[in-house]
Order: sequence, then structure tokens, then C-alpha cells
Amino acid sequence: MNLKTALMGAVATVALGQMAYADAHEGDRGRDGEVKVIYWQAPSILNPFLSGGTKDIEAASLMIEPLARYDSSGALTPWLVEEVPTVANGGVSEDLTSITWKITSGILWSDGTPFTSADVKFTYEYCTDPESGCAQLTKFEGVTSVETPDDLTVVVNFDGPTPFPYGPFVGGESPILQAAQFADCMGAKAPECTDENFGPIGTGPFVVTDFRTNDVIQLVANENYREAGKPAFASMTFKGGGDATAAGRSVMETGEFDYAWNLQLAPDVIASMEAGGMGTPVAGFGPLMERIMLNQTNPDPSLSDEERSVIRPHPFLGDPAVYKAMSMAIDRPLLVEVGYGQAGKVTCNWIPAPEAVNSDTFTCDTQDIAGANAMLDAAGYMDTDGDGVREANGVPMQILYQTSTNAVRQDFQALIKEWWSEIGIEAELRNIDASVFFGGDPGSPDTFQKFYADVEMYANTFNGTDPQAYLGNGLCDNAPSPATQWQGENISRFCSEEYDALYAQLTTTADADERAAISRQLNDIMVEEGGMIPLVHRGRLSAHATSLGGVDLNVWDSELWNAADWYRTGDNR
Amino acid sequence: MTDLGIQAKADDLKPEQAPVKDRNQWWDVWDQFRSHKGAMAGLIFLTFITLFCAFGPMVWDVDPGKLDIRNKDVRPIYVAIWDVDAKTSWARPMGTDHLGRDIMANIMQGGRISLAVGWTAMVLAILIGTLVGVLSGYFKRLDWGLMRFTDLVLSLPILPLLLVMMLLFRDPLRAAFGPETGIFMLIVAGIGITSWMQTARIVRGDVMALKEREFVLAARSIGTPPRRMITRHILPNVLSPIMVSATLGLATAIITESALSFLGLGFPSDFPTWGKILFDSVDRMTAFPERVLWPGLAISLTVLAVNYIGDGLRDALDPRIRGL
Amino acid sequence: MLNYTIRRLVLSIPTLLFIALVIFLLLELAPGDPMGQMPLTIPDDVKQRMREALGLGEPWYTRFYLWLYQFFVVEPQYWIDGAFGTNFADGAQRIISFQSRSPVFDTIAQRLPQTLWVVGMSYVVGVAIALPIGIISAYKQYSVFDQAGTFVSMIGFSVPPFFSGVLLIVIFSVNLGWLPSIYDTTHVVVDWETLKFQFQQMIMPVMVLALQTTAQVSRYMRASMLDNLGQDYVRTARAKGMTESVVIMRHVLRNSMIPVVTVIALGIPSIFGGAIITEQIFKVNGLGQLLILALQGNDIPMVMTITFLLAVMIVMLNLVADILYGVLDPRIRYD
Repeated sequence: MNLKTALMGAVATVALGQMAYADAHEGDRGRDGEVKVIYWQAPSILNPFLSGGTKDIEAASLMIEPLARYDSSGALTPWLVEEVPTVANGGVSEDLTSITWKITSGILWSDGTPFTSADVKFTYEYCTDPESGCAQLTKFEGVTSVETPDDLTVVVNFDGPTPFPYGPFVGGESPILQAAQFADCMGAKAPECTDENFGPIGTGPFVVTDFRTNDVIQLVANENYREAGKPAFASMTFKGGGDATAAGRSVMETGEFDYAWNLQLAPDVIASMEAGGMGTPVAGFGPLMERIMLNQTNPDPSLSDEERSVIRPHPFLGDPAVYKAMSMAIDRPLLVEVGYGQAGKVTCNWIPAPEAVNSDTFTCDTQDIAGANAMLDAAGYMDTDGDGVREANGVPMQILYQTSTNAVRQDFQALIKEWWSEIGIEAELRNIDASVFFGGDPGSPDTFQKFYADVEMYANTFNGTDPQAYLGNGLCDNAPSPATQWQGENISRFCSEEYDALYAQLTTTADADERAAISRQLNDIMVEEGGMIPLVHRGRLSAHATSLGGVDLNVWDSELWNAADWYRTGDNR
Repeated sequence: MTDLGIQAKADDLKPEQAPVKDRNQWWDVWDQFRSHKGAMAGLIFLTFITLFCAFGPMVWDVDPGKLDIRNKDVRPIYVAIWDVDAKTSWARPMGTDHLGRDIMANIMQGGRISLAVGWTAMVLAILIGTLVGVLSGYFKRLDWGLMRFTDLVLSLPILPLLLVMMLLFRDPLRAAFGPETGIFMLIVAGIGITSWMQTARIVRGDVMALKEREFVLAARSIGTPPRRMITRHILPNVLSPIMVSATLGLATAIITESALSFLGLGFPSDFPTWGKILFDSVDRMTAFPERVLWPGLAISLTVLAVNYIGDGLRDALDPRIRGL
Repeated sequence: MLNYTIRRLVLSIPTLLFIALVIFLLLELAPGDPMGQMPLTIPDDVKQRMREALGLGEPWYTRFYLWLYQFFVVEPQYWIDGAFGTNFADGAQRIISFQSRSPVFDTIAQRLPQTLWVVGMSYVVGVAIALPIGIISAYKQYSVFDQAGTFVSMIGFSVPPFFSGVLLIVIFSVNLGWLPSIYDTTHVVVDWETLKFQFQQMIMPVMVLALQTTAQVSRYMRASMLDNLGQDYVRTARAKGMTESVVIMRHVLRNSMIPVVTVIALGIPSIFGGAIITEQIFKVNGLGQLLILALQGNDIPMVMTITFLLAVMIVMLNLVADILYGVLDPRIRYD
């Protein structure tokens, strides 16, 4: 241990000591008995490289950890390393093509063997093996090699200047696997390693004793955990399955569980549960945003399947007067109140977080039906045949509005349909089973990629705090089409030369402030030119028992990122 | 022996019925049916709920989809009896939901769809089930093939089956009949063709036993053709399990529809049905018990009514009981 | 009868193979994709590579053959190896779930205990209650007992479990706090105390499910008994001076069992199909939850294996029912 970490450790101990004084939660490892966590989506595997599911990544984060992760404010925090490498501290090379991580010495795997740079290098090889089908491959995009000059140093080399080199080994999606355990599980053999995938050896606070897929995980405290006195709990039961209502009830009303994840419930339901008095909901905001995507192509069913999502333009949705009027007719504060309560905020932006990239160009928090009507009148869309629906060049303004099946989304559909009918636009609603809607089956007409509808509503987000890859979703050549087997993230088929040019500029800019400025501009182009109508900035709402202390909801990384710091409060010990 | 036709002729010979000249056996059935109190109560309730749903919206012309967010969470009017401060309104006698939609209008509209889906799917399932069951029980040659087909349909997982049906037929039906009728036909067909198997197996078992009875043997010995055998001798004797299947089938169809909506395979979200109203209200059950009460009562009482009608019909159609 | 049974058993093999093919094609044709539940943050080309790693790049007939081979050759080898310590399988690839990447049969075996405890028990309880109710209701038609039985069973049947289950939880777990609302699948019964807990956590789901079974079976029992009570042979038996209990239990009951046997036999496979909604409400996480998650996640090997096992049970139990018909009514002959 060098002087600096020793000092930091001392500072940390002092800080902890003060907190301990306030909260009285210092003590031996395992002093607080059992903690029970419920995820209404049950984890099916504990290897995040074989499953991209949030539930699996978060469950695995109790065992396996990355080199650095985002804390609850979205800032990068060293985790298994001494500091976050930057150009300023020499960790990132001047030409932005390599990054050097210095592993904290003395970290042990839960089986007692030392954690070394070889494990980090192995993880890179494991995921990039062409036959493994690794879900986190994007994390290693542009990486040409990982070098290990010594046991505690890892150098990641990129194929070009990478202004944001914190993809590999950062965040819950990219933890480090133990080379010794997974050595025989490379490539095509990855799925055969059931024992390994169900009980990865890690550096985290807990160790799996029993894993039942899609049901329950039982864990005990890691005896080799790097911090003394942590975790406070000797064991953890991690139950999965059921629905969000039942999970919320078990924490806030019956007190059977201590922590419930991601309670997507109507605010009045949450409030009535909170009245049960056993638990408290906590909310945090990442970049997750519910939006209505506007189809830029003509989805007319009489066109052939090949053409429906390719032929431009849409008969009327491309007109700024139309999509702006549609946006103005929406009462966003009401949507928030009905659907998300404290876990939602009004937003007019595609990228509502982190704060630095949240544009302030638009305002949209007041509904203006009259203004929307006037705007449509002025643009010449009139109801000529008196049926209450306007016509655009003789075509009635009827739109098909699809989304996935989910109680809140169906409420939103009903409300928005009503508002649009007030401005003379008639919507037909359709809801599609989420596994079909978000599944990429090229044979199904109902996928959100095919977008055989005029507008569709869903939420999307990005990992970490850097929006570059996410902004790439707006590029012209990223549009799904038959030629690309319907692959691509540009769902609305948005296409703007200005946007593409500005994006190219972003990929070569290193300065954080400048990057944020360009990101805000890209956001403004997307919204202004009618790629989407942003609705609600959605937070993550979880609940913990009043007797569970130390919970710090993190939306930028795994929610269970600081499970080592959890403890039992007050009299319930 | 238990044949209706023979019984009817026997009835004609009874002296006390001789004066009424144009009296046919259906009058007897009706008389017997009327004497069954449960059946009459069931019939009255069923007529009431049908009229309520069919013509209610004409009297109570509130748009069930109309959102009125200021008047959300209105309690039903009877709450005012014990809680004067509760948010109640005579304009919303059954209250409103969390988006301010009128619950009474929704129950009416939902009843139309639920009753239509329930009856059509049930009738479809009973027709297929009875047909397959009788054919397979009566004709030995068909038995193996039909029963293996039944095994096959029983084994098919319903969810992918419905997804495939949606995939193949939704757009053509939507183009041909419009979105509402198209999805209605799909759901009815989906529920119907996945719920006839139990009826088929039960009917087949009973038919196989009946076929060996003396009266069937007798009828066959006088040269009754199979078609007449089935319609006049076999079918009347398997009526009671079919009635039970029908009653249970109606309840199952109404509930299955709500389960389908829940899985995203049912009606679009702006189409209320009893099952869906019930499902959506379960989360708020403690704060607003009336929202589960109304649709729950509607479903249960309808099923109960149909069950009693079935009992009454069964008794009325049984010549051994009739006239006693 | 023995001839018939053997012939049926032999013929059931091609039947089952055909059923397997139809199920596989149905799953193939159904829209949906194992990657559907991955977050949108994973780009499409990565998803495509994950699909290929799952073997989805192969044509359907290759995958179907592979599944058949694994089901009928590799898996039995593993069972033999497990039982006798041999090494026939020699590391061959077992049927692997898309979602968990673990052998499908291991997961099914893991789920069996709670499924049998809850769904199986509820079926036994339901049938055990239903038969006497049906018999008494028919024997004393339109008595108070009959009316009450009809009322309760029909209300029970028409109230969907997503409502009755939650209602029970609100009353007994939230308000009274007597029973746990979440089933602990890791609970092991070793003594009286743990048995008591097992009973406590089982009672609500068992009751919800048993109500459905009871309603169904008792209605068929009652209707069938009523049909038979009016028959001439009953009059003959009574005229011969047989006691009422012999008439009812020996003659009427036996003749009334045909539809009931059918219903009960058809219900047994559905035990192993699990109770999807009830399991979800009480977090029992049995086979029903496994199947629905696999369906939602388009986990084809898992769905295929579970549904095929169910198909085997359906075919076998229908054979059992057919044989029972002959036992109950010796006039029914199949030769």
C-alpha cells in the first residue's frame, strides 16, 4: 500500500467513524444477520457476459466487480484500482489511444487467491472470443489489445483516439471474471459452464451458496472482502419472480423483505403501500426517457412489407406544424402525475441526464390545445368533411399508435389519444406483448424496429454517463431496413446531414465541456426536426425497509453497487 | 327409452293433455323450466344484464373512454351514506377510475364485449367439442385419429399459438372487418379452439358407454341410420355434461379474455372488458373496493345465472322429471 | 385389453414425434426472439452474434434433429451415468436453456418439489373435496347443501385467481399478518416447526387453486350422478332391497365416473404445467412460472422440453382414462 492510499484509507476510516457515531453501524462482518432482497424479474444467470438483462447484471454485481464504477451522482469512482486514469494524471495517453489502470494491491478473490491484471486481460479475451456471443461486446469496441506489464497494471490499447476510454472494465456491465475459474469456458464452451455461470468467484461483498435459476439466490458474506467489517450482513436471500405490486407490498406492507427493485407502479399505488409504514420508496434519475417516436417513413399497409419502412416521407408527420402541434397538445405534468409520480419528471429532451448534456432550449410543461389547433389551421390542415378529423391533402389524419403492453403505457395511450382527438388527429391504439415488440424477430410485423405504425411509444436509455454511442442512434445509415435484416437503432428513420456532420465532430472531441455542448446541439436537432416527442424523464423507483440503512440508489450503475455498506438500523438489529 | 320423440308421443296420449290441441313438447319444457326457481332467477338476471349492457349506453350516454382527470377517483354514491366527506357525485353513480373514466359506462361497454366473447367462444368450443366427441365415440374408425388430434391440441402451448394466429390473421382480418371486429374474431377463435378438448373427451367417454346400452342396440336393430341415432338417441343423453361444460366454459372464456389482455394479446387498451376492468383494479383493491366489486359481481352473477339456467334446462329436458 | 394397451403404447410413439414436430414448428413460426428481453442498450449486431452463439443460425430442421437427439439419446445417457456412475454421455451437449445456459432438466428437477407441494396438493385437496360434494349435491338435489355447494363452487370458479389470490394476501398477510405472502422455495421440512411453516406458506395458494378444481369436478360429478340416479337399474337395485349406500356407492357412483375420470385425468398434466397466475402471485416459482418465463423469453429448448413432457403425460393419461372406461363399464370394448 502506498502512502496515498494509506492516507485515503485513514480519511475514509475517519469519515466512517463519524457516520458510525451517527448511525451506530460499525462492527464485525456479518453482525446484522440476514438481508432479503426481492427482484420481481428473477435473475436467470450470474454471468453478465452471457446475458445483458439488467436483473442478471445487478445480481452478479454482488459478486463480481469492475475496475471502476459510477457512483450515485454519476461520477466515475475507482473501485478495484487506485484512481481513475485521466490525461491529467497520466493514466490516459496524450494521443488518447491507451489507458493504464493501476490495480489496488492486496485485493483477494473470494477463494483467497490474489486478484491480478491477468484476470482483467482474461476477461477481455473471454468476451471478445468470436464464438462466445458476449452480450457486452460493445464495451470492448475499438480495443486492439490489453497488456499486463506487471501483476497490478493493465494497459488497454485502442485502435484510434478514444476521447472516452472508460468503456472496458467500467460499470456493472463490464466486471472482471476470475481467469482460473473461467479458463475452460472460453468461446463455444461458455454456455456449458453451468457451475461457473451460476456462481462466479468474485471480489464483491457476497458469495453464492445456492443459485436457482429464475427463482432464488442464497449468498453469504465474502470472508476475503477487502474492507474490514463489511458487509454487515452475514447472509443474503435474493428472491426473484412475481410482479412489482407484490414486491412493493412485501417490503412496504408486510415487511417480509428489505429491498425491492424497480417498482414500476402507479404513484397512488406506491403511496398507499408507503402508508403501510414498513418501508420507504427511493427514486433516482438516469437518462431513461419515455418518448413517442415519429415515423419518418410511410407505414401504409398497402405498400409492400419491404417498402413500408423505407419509403419517405410520411404523408403528414414530417411537417413541423403537425408534430409540434401533437407535442403541444400533450399535458406532460399530468402524464407524470398519473404514471410515475416521484419517479418521473417532465422533459422536452432526448437526453435528459446527466445534467451537463440536458439541453434547456425547449419548454413543454404546459398544454396548449388552442395553440396546437391554431398551428394546424395555419398550416392548412382542415377538417373538410366535418367528421372531427382533419385532412392532410385529402388523407384523413388517422394514426396508428403502438406500444408494449404495460399498465402505465396503456394509461398514457388513453390520455394522449384523447388530447390528439381534441386537435383533430385520430389515433388507433395497439399494444403488443413486450417480448414481441422488443424482440428483433424479422418475421414479425410487430417489432419496434419495423415500426409498421405512425407513432410508437417506449423508453430508452444508455449506460454510464457518456451519450456518444446513444447519439449514434440518430445517424442516417443506422436505420433498420430489409437490407440490414432490420438491424439498426435509428427507429424513427431520422435523417439529417447536419446531424451526421455534427456527430462526426463529437467522435473526435476530447474536452468534456465541448462534448456536452455538441451533445446538447444534437439533442436539439433531433427534437426540433421531429425525430421524436419526448414525454417523461423516468427515474428508477425502488423501496427499502425502514430498518435497512446505507441504501444509496444508483441509476448509473448496478443498484446493488454498495450492498457492502448496507446495515440494519436502530432497534431492528 | 329416454328418447325425447318417444316421450313426446307418450305425452300426447296422456288424457289430461288431450284438450290442448296445439300444445307441443316445448310447452312442457317451458312449464317445467318455470317451476325451477333458480333457473327463473338466473334467466331474469341474464336478461337484465344483457339489456343493461345492450341498451344501457343509450340511456346512460357517457363515453366510457372519456377521460375527466379532474373527476378522477370518484367513489360510488353509496359511500356517501357512511362517509359524507367522500368524493361522490350523482353524475357518476358507480364512481370513476384513476383517469376519471365513468365506471358504469365502462361496465356496460365491457359487458357487451365480455358477454359477446364469452357466449361466442363458449358456443364455438361446445360445438367443436360435441362434434368431435360424438364422432369419435360413435364411429370406431374415426376414434383414433380424432383423439390423437385432441391430444395434439391439448399439448400445444396456448401463448405461441395465439401469437402465431395474431401474426397470420390479424392484418387480413383488420383489413376485412375493421380493427374491432377483426380482433374480436381472433380472440373468440383463439379461446374457442383451445378449449373444446375437455368437452370432446367427456362426450366421447359417455357416448362410448351409451353406445353399448340396450336402447341403442334396440334402435340399431330396427335399422335406425347413424345420423338419426346420434341426434335422437345419443345427444339427448349426453346433454348434462355438455351443459356443465357450457357453464364452466362461459366463465373460462370471460376470464381467459382478461388474461389475454394482460399478456398483450387481447383487445386494444381502450376497449374495456369485465375481466380487464377487474384486473386493472386489483392493485387499488384496498383503497377502492368498488372497482373490483362491480366487474367481479358482474362476472360471478352471470356465470351463476347461466349455471342455474343450465340446471333448469337439464331438468326440463329430462322426460323422467318432466310432468312429475 | 392388454392387446389394445400395447397397440396404443406403440402407436403413441409416432404420435408424440408428430406432436413434437408441430410444437417445434409453432414455436419457430411464433414471432419473438430470445434477445427480446435484452436491454435496448445492446446494439443489434451484438444481439445477432448472441443469437448465433445460441445456435439460432442453423436451419430449423437441424435444430429440431439436435433437440430430438439430445432429448432421446444424450439426456437418458446422463441419467444412467448419474444413477450408476458410468460414463456413456462422455461430455455430450445436453439440452441447454437459452436464458440460463444451464441444462433444462436440472431446472425442471429443481422446480418439481414446489410444484408438487403446491399445485399437486391443491389438486388432491380439490378432488377430495369435490367428489363428496358432487355426490351429496346430486343425491339431495335442491337441498340447502346442494344450493350452497353450487353457489360457492360457481362463485369460486368465476372469480379469477389474480383477484382471489391478491384478496387473500391483503387479508391474511397485510392486515392480519398471519401468513407469509411470498413462498420460500428454499425451505426444507425437517421437523414439526418447519412443517408448520410449510403448511402456512402453502395454504393460500393451495386454497386458491383447489377452489377451481373443486368447482369443476364437483359440477361434473353432480350432473353425472343426477343422470344415473333416474335410471331404471337404480330402481331395480332399490326394489331388490339393496341398502341405499350400496345403491349409491356401488352402482350409481361407478356408472357416473366416466366424465369425472376424464376431467381428473385431463387435469393431472396441467398440474405439471403449473398454475401460471397463482404461482406468480404467491411467488411459488414452480413449473408454471418456468414455462411462462421461457415463453416470454422465447427460450425454445425450455418451452419445447416442458411442453413435450406435458404432451407425453397427456397421451399417457388419456390412455389410462380409456382403460378406466373399460374397467368402469365392461361393456365398453376396444378390440
